[in-house]
Amino acid sequence: MTLELKNVSKRVGADMHIHDTSLVFDDNSFNILLGATRAGKTTLMQLMAGIQKPTAGTVWHRGKDVTHVPVQRRNVSMVYQQFINYPMLSVFENIASPLRVTGMAEKEVKSRVGRAAEILRLTAMLDRKPAELSGGQQQRTAIARAIVKDSDLIFLDEPLANLDYKLREELRDELPKLFSGRNAIVFYATTEPHEALLFGNQTLTMHEGRITQFGPTAEIYRKPNSLVSARVFSDPPINIAKVTKKGRSLQLAHGDVTWPVAPSAARLPDGDYSIGLQPHYVLPQKASETSGALSGRVLVTEISGSESVVHIDVGGQTWVSQSHGVHPHQVGEMATFHADVSHALFFDSAGKRVS
Amino acid sequence: MNKTFNNKAWWMVFPVFLVVAFNALVPLMTVVNYSVQETFGNNEFFWSGTIWFQQLLENDQIRDSLGRQIAFTAVALFIQVPLGLAIALCMPRKGPWVSVCLVLMALPLLVPWNVVGSMWNIMALPDIGLLGKTINAMGIHYNYTRDPVAAWFTVVLMDVWHWTSLVVLLCYAGLVSIPDAYYQAAKIDGARPWAVFRYIQLPKLKHVLTIAILLRFMDSFMIYTEVIVLTGGGPGSATKFLSIDLVQKALGGFDLGPAAAFSIVYFLIILLTSWLFYTLMMRNEAN
Amino acid sequence: MAKITIDNLRHSYLPEPKRDEDFALKRVHLDWADGGAYALLGPSGCGKTTLLNLISGLLHPTEGRILFDGRDVSNETPEHRNIAQVFQFPVIYDTMTVYDNLAFPLRNRKVDEAEIKKRVTAIAEMLELTATLSKRASGLTADGKQKISLGRGLVRSDVNVIMFDEPLTVIDPHLKWQLRSKLKELQHRIRRTMIYVTHDQTEALTFADQVVVMNNGEVVQTGTPIELFEKPKHIFVGHFIGSPGMNVMPCQVRGGKAFVEGHAVAADNAASSKGSGRLELGIRPEFVTFADKGLPVDVVKVSDIGRYRVVDTRLGENSVKLIVPEGGAIPEGKAHLAFDKAHTQIYSDGWLAGEAR
Repeated sequence: MTLELKNVSKRVGADMHIHDTSLVFDDNSFNILLGATRAGKTTLMQLMAGIQKPTAGTVWHRGKDVTHVPVQRRNVSMVYQQFINYPMLSVFENIASPLRVTGMAEKEVKSRVGRAAEILRLTAMLDRKPAELSGGQQQRTAIARAIVKDSDLIFLDEPLANLDYKLREELRDELPKLFSGRNAIVFYATTEPHEALLFGNQTLTMHEGRITQFGPTAEIYRKPNSLVSARVFSDPPINIAKVTKKGRSLQLAHGDVTWPVAPSAARLPDGDYSIGLQPHYVLPQKASETSGALSGRVLVTEISGSESVVHIDVGGQTWVSQSHGVHPHQVGEMATFHADVSHALFFDSAGKRVS
Repeated sequence: MNKTFNNKAWWMVFPVFLVVAFNALVPLMTVVNYSVQETFGNNEFFWSGTIWFQQLLENDQIRDSLGRQIAFTAVALFIQVPLGLAIALCMPRKGPWVSVCLVLMALPLLVPWNVVGSMWNIMALPDIGLLGKTINAMGIHYNYTRDPVAAWFTVVLMDVWHWTSLVVLLCYAGLVSIPDAYYQAAKIDGARPWAVFRYIQLPKLKHVLTIAILLRFMDSFMIYTEVIVLTGGGPGSATKFLSIDLVQKALGGFDLGPAAAFSIVYFLIILLTSWLFYTLMMRNEAN
Repeated sequence: MAKITIDNLRHSYLPEPKRDEDFALKRVHLDWADGGAYALLGPSGCGKTTLLNLISGLLHPTEGRILFDGRDVSNETPEHRNIAQVFQFPVIYDTMTVYDNLAFPLRNRKVDEAEIKKRVTAIAEMLELTATLSKRASGLTADGKQKISLGRGLVRSDVNVIMFDEPLTVIDPHLKWQLRSKLKELQHRIRRTMIYVTHDQTEALTFADQVVVMNNGEVVQTGTPIELFEKPKHIFVGHFIGSPGMNVMPCQVRGGKAFVEGHAVAADNAASSKGSGRLELGIRPEFVTFADKGLPVDVVKVSDIGRYRVVDTRLGENSVKLIVPEGGAIPEGKAHLAFDKAHTQIYSDGWLAGEAR
C-alpha cells in the first residue's frame, strides 16, 4: 500500500466538500474517479496531490505522513480538462519543463522528451507552439509533460472531456498503455460511466462529496452496493422502481404490473423494496425464463443504427429499454417489453443493496 | 477553494510590504500624529486633542472647497463614464482599425499631468490659444482666467480629455470578452440594439464599470496638478478644490496640525465612499 | 417552419479563394423537408459549424444559395430568417428571470402580454421549467440554462428552423440522456425543422431522422442512422460512426471473391468491385462472430463494457474487433472468426465499391 487517506475530510465554510474518507491505493494502479460534476472528484484529487490541505485527517505516502508537504515537494503530475500548456514555449520545451526544474542534463532531457513525444505521436510537432496545434495535440502535449518525469502520482482530471468523440476513443486506447509498467499511482476523473468501463481497472464512485464505492470497475457496475452507486454508474440511467415483494411475486408501485421473483431474490423477506434494472435488461423480446412483462405507451424512440433505445410510460413511470438491433416503435403506441427479473438489484428503504 | 499553504511565497511579497510601509503607512502615521498636536516650530509638539478637527468642520473656506470638489467629481463622473462607455461601444471589435483606435485612445493617458495643464493653459488662452480664439470668434465671450464659468468649463473639458480614455479602455476590454454567442442569440431573439446593451452588455460590464467608476472617483477627487497649472485655483477661488486648499494650508501657512487633520478627513472621505460604493455594487451581485 | 434547400453552397474564409483547399465548405447540396430532424456530424474542422452559420445567416456564402420554402434567403440577416439557435455554452440573459428570458423574443416582437403569458407557460410546462419561472436564470444548472435557450426558440410561432450547436457539451452524462430524449420527444410533438450539429455520433444518430456526415468540408454521406450504420458509403463513415468503428483491412479481389491475408472472405459487393485502386474490406464489430472455423486470429484484448465486451483480435497484421454480448463465450489465444456476408463490404479508394458517388 502506498497512498493512504486516513479519515480525510474537507470543509469550506459551511459546505462539506469531502466527507470523512479513508482509502488505500496501490502502486502501479489505475484508479478511476467517477461522479457527476461537483461530486468532489477534483477536490479529492487536490487533497491527494497536496494542492489542498484537508480540514481533518492525514494523507500518507509510502509510509510517511505527507499531509503538510506542499505539492511542489511531492513528485506529482497533473493533466486538466482545459489544455494547459505554456503558450510561449515550443512543444519540446513544454514537455521538457518538469525536467528543467530538476536541472537534468540536456542529453537526458532530449532523450526523455523524445521518448514521450514518440509515444504520444508528437515527434513532428516538437518545434511548434501550442497555439499551432489541434485540441488533441495540445492535450497530448499536456499528457506528455505528465509522463516525462517519473512521478509517483499522476492525476488526470477529465482530460478527454474537451476533445472530439473519435479522438477520445483513440486516446482512451492509448492512455492505459502509457501508464502500465510505471511505478506510479494514476487517478483519472471522469463523469462518464462508459469511459470508466472502457478503462476497467478500479473505480471509485463519488456522490456529493462522499465515496459511495471503491473496487474493480466491472464489479461495481454489476453489483453496486447502493442506489446512489447504481445511479452514478449507469449509462443510460438505470431504471429504478418501487416494488412490494410478497412470496413469489413482485408488485410494482406504478402500473398494474406483477412479476415473478427471481431465485436470487427468493430468500429476501417480504416487504417494500426499490429495484434497479439496467436498460439493457428490458428488451422487446423475451430473453430469459425469469422475465416480467412491461406494457406501456411509447414516449420516445432513439435508434442509433446498432441499438434501439425506447422510453415507455408504465402507470406514470418511465422505463427505458436498450436493445441491440433496430426495433422501430411509433411514439404513442402501446408496446410490451420484457424485463429480465433475474438481473434486478434489490435495495432496501435506506438504499442499500440487499440481493 | 484552491488555497495554497506554502508560506514561502510571502517572502516574495515582503519587499512590496516594505515599500508600502515606507511610502504609505509611515507617512500616514506621521500625519495622524501631527493632526492631534500643536507645534510652533523647533520640533516642539504639544497635545491638542481634536481641536484641529473641530476647526476643520467649522471652517467655511474648507466647506466651500469640499462642495466644489464634490461638484467637480460628480460632473467628471457624469460625463466621463457614459461618454467612455459610448466610445467603447462604437469602437471596432476586429480588423486593422482596432489597434489604431486603441493607440489613439491611450495617447492622453501617456501625457504627464503638468504637461496636460500647460497644454490646456496655452490652448485655452483667449488671445492666442486655438480653443480660446475659436470660442471667442464664435461670438461667445470666453476668458477662463477671469470668468468662473469659463474656468470650470475648461477644467472639466481638460479632465474629460485626459481621463475618458481610461474608462474607454476598461469598457472595451470588458466588451471584447463577451462571447459572440451572446450577440448571435440576441440577434436571433430579435433584440434591438438598446436591448442588447441593456440585457447583455451592461450586465457583463458591471464589474468593469465598478472599477472604472472607483478609479475615476478617486483620481478626480484628488485632482491637483492639472488645475494648479491651468488656473491655479482661480479666478478667485472658483476652481480651488480640496487638494489645492490642502496644499495652501500645509505649505503656505505652515499649519501642520490643521493640515494634517485636513488630510485625514480627506483620506477618510475617499476611503469610505469607495468602500461604500464597492460593497453596494458587490452585495447586489450576491443576491 | 420550412423546407430548407442548400443549393450548391460553397464557403471560404479567404477573400479570394482559388484552389479547392481554400474552401472550408466545398460545394454542398442538400434538401431538407419541413418538420424533419437532421444532424450534421463530423470531427472538428469538418465544416459543420460553417454550414450551420451559413444557414443561420451569421456567415454569408461565397457561392450558392440557401432557400427556405423556395425563397432565397442567402442575403437576409439572421433576424429576418426567423431561426432559433441553441449554442454550445448556454446563453441566457443573466439579469432576467426564467420567465422574462422565455418572454424576451416575444416582447422584442411586440406580442401582447396575455399571449406571451400563455405561450411561455405552455413552453415552460413542456420543458419542465414551470417551478423555476420566477427565479433568476443565472442561478440554474447548465441543463436548465440550455432548456431556457431552447425555450426561447420554441415560444416563437414564426420559427423556420431550430438549430443546435453541440448543445450537450457542458451537460453531465446522465442528464445528457434525459435532455436528449426530451429533445427528441419535443421534436416529435411540435414537428419543427431541427438541425443538430455535433461530433458525437450517439447524439446525432439518436436525435436525427437523417444524418449528414461531413469530413474536410465535404458531405461524405447522407442517410438514416440505419443506412449509415449498415452500409457506410465511405470508410470514414464506417470509422466515425459506431464505437468501436468499422474494421477496415486491405484486401484483394479475384474472380468476384475477396481475399484478406490470403483467406477468402465472402463480401456483399465483391462481384461489383472492379479490383482497381486501393481495395479494402470493411466490416463492423457487430457483424463479426467467433466460429468453429473461418478466419484464424489471435485474441489480444478483451474490454468489458458492461452490457457487452469488445474483443480485439489480430488477423495477420490487421486488428479485427468484435462485440460479444454479455454471457457469450470468448476463446483464449487462437480462435476463428466469421464475417456476416450481408454486412461485409469492399471499398475502393475509400469509397464503397460499385456504388455511384
